[in-house]
Amino acid sequence: MTIDWTSFTPGPALAGGILLGIAASLYVLFNGRILGISGIVGGLLQAKKSDWLWRLSFILGLLTAPLWAKYVFQISVHTVIDANYITLLIAGVLVGFGARYGSGCTSGHGICGLSRLSPRSLIATICFTACGFLIVYVMRHLF
Amino acid sequence: MSQNSSVFSNVSEYLIGVLFGLGLMVSGMTNPAKITAFLDLAGPWDPSLIFVMGGAVLVGLIAFYLAKKRTESFLGGAMHIPTRRDIDRPLIIGSALFGVGWGLAGFCPGPALVSLGTGELKAVVFVIAMLAGMVLFDVLGQKK
Repeated sequence: MTIDWTSFTPGPALAGGILLGIAASLYVLFNGRILGISGIVGGLLQAKKSDWLWRLSFILGLLTAPLWAKYVFQISVHTVIDANYITLLIAGVLVGFGARYGSGCTSGHGICGLSRLSPRSLIATICFTACGFLIVYVMRHLF
Repeated sequence: MSQNSSVFSNVSEYLIGVLFGLGLMVSGMTNPAKITAFLDLAGPWDPSLIFVMGGAVLVGLIAFYLAKKRTESFLGGAMHIPTRRDIDRPLIIGSALFGVGWGLAGFCPGPALVSLGTGELKAVVFVIAMLAGMVLFDVLGQKK
């Protein structure tokens, strides 16, 4: 294993991570909920539920975060998306379906689940990270 | 919940959504190349994601310790904290499928939505497919 020291950004990673932790903390303390993106979005798609307003409010926050970053905090972000459109389509379906079937994603299971010491979330996090390692290895080093 | 606290709670939803989005941007997690660089153990490895998770969980541990003791939120709403502890097949299979998708694109739901907000076309495509995947889950779930 070789560490890519030029890409490794422990400072911003830790700072951003702390912000994520603060957001998840405020969310459970003030709104009484787990900050899990797939759960919040998924519930919005189930038309029978009447609790769409809070979900939409949160999602609007995520969608407008880049505007706050640019105009208020003057943070610029760098984005590189290597995947082509076909891969993105397949990946998107897997992420959406998998997160709902597995009851959570990187935020709900990863950040919140590990924070509340949930055995289910620990297993889920190990499982999706291991599968992530595996698929990237297969795609980059076997083909 | 009264009318006022409902307004407060939706404002809180929005602001926390913004904060979470900013956290994702600052940490570098909205950049799919950084996610796949973490997942590529055999290539030039970027361990940044461990620091993101570490920072988030360090703060979260305290908050969830406090939250578990509460019967209502600071804004007066109910606490919705999961209580399940069983490890079942959907948890494993769902998380595995999620992991494969995450590794293929370098996107998970939060960063994809933030990138959608920047108007990035590839994020638009990913989010549409992700929503389709979620709808597919609901449709298959209803058949059972």
